[in-house]
Amino acid sequence: MIAKALSTIHKENIRKDPLTPFTIGDTIKVHVKIREGGKERIQAYAGTVIALDGGGATETFTVRRIAHGVGVERVFPMHSPNVAKIEVESSGRSRRAKLYYLRRRVGKSARLREKIKSSEA
Amino acid sequence: MQGILGRKIGMTRVFGTEGRQIPVTVIEVGPCVVVQRKTKERDGYEALKVGFGGDKESRVAKPLMGQFKAAAVAPQRHLHEFDAEGGDTFKPGDTVTAAVLEGVAYVDVSGMTKGRGFQGVVKRHRMSGGPMTHGGHSKRRIGSIGCRSYPGRVHKGKRMPGHMGHVNVTVQNLEVVQLRATENLILVGGAIPGPAGSIVVVKKALKKAGKAK
Repeated sequence: MIAKALSTIHKENIRKDPLTPFTIGDTIKVHVKIREGGKERIQAYAGTVIALDGGGATETFTVRRIAHGVGVERVFPMHSPNVAKIEVESSGRSRRAKLYYLRRRVGKSARLREKIKSSEA
Repeated sequence: MQGILGRKIGMTRVFGTEGRQIPVTVIEVGPCVVVQRKTKERDGYEALKVGFGGDKESRVAKPLMGQFKAAAVAPQRHLHEFDAEGGDTFKPGDTVTAAVLEGVAYVDVSGMTKGRGFQGVVKRHRMSGGPMTHGGHSKRRIGSIGCRSYPGRVHKGKRMPGHMGHVNVTVQNLEVVQLRATENLILVGGAIPGPAGSIVVVKKALKKAGKAK
């Protein structure tokens, strides 16, 4: 009963139109819906995916970028209706699930190696 | 009926208007059965005794089984009395479903908190403790518990280490985010006491009575 009830609620809150698949280390552009004074517009937020967390309706991803010399991280719920679209700009090679070490790095050392796409190989 | 018995299922999140995330606790409410009606004439007060969960007859004490037999209902694991001073149409043997919470905007939820065992004052009473470094020797200690010959004793109610948790706690005025009467489920905003699977009492919010009902 417990698992069944939760899974039905999860299912209802999962987005019907899946986002473009992406993974840890990818540089992505998140199109976020923003409401200002009754009007709705789309704002893009680009950065590196450093964490994926949770499952079902509670799944989230963390996107890190450097804005005006300051590190900014935003956590987006995967199934939020406010996340309109995702574009994968490039894929970085990563051997771990959480890229929190990037927080301690700046400049050149905060880069990820580009993933070699299997289709090209 | 003022409320219903239920079982905590767990927490998740739903998306509300404008895509706002709402943290919710899912509670399986009922169906419960009315076991007994307490009356002013016989018991001195008006109340409804409600059972939930079902049980084997072999697990129920014989005197209690007598109550179930009198109402001609199946034995129940969990019993709770709900105030019925305001008058209620429920009779023994009636089924109470999540429909009693129809149109209710806020609820109070009571349950047993998770038992934490014997805990020190830092965790139990949120005291700050002593310094961890610089040669501190009272790292998580309680510190002084009183004065000297006046008053010459420790004040009553002085907060000390001891058993923590496993007490009945009520969280008031939780918003009803969704009521799914057909599935016997209610989604309330925020957290409620106890582990998943524990028995909770969901009542119409006492302090919101008269408002948004």
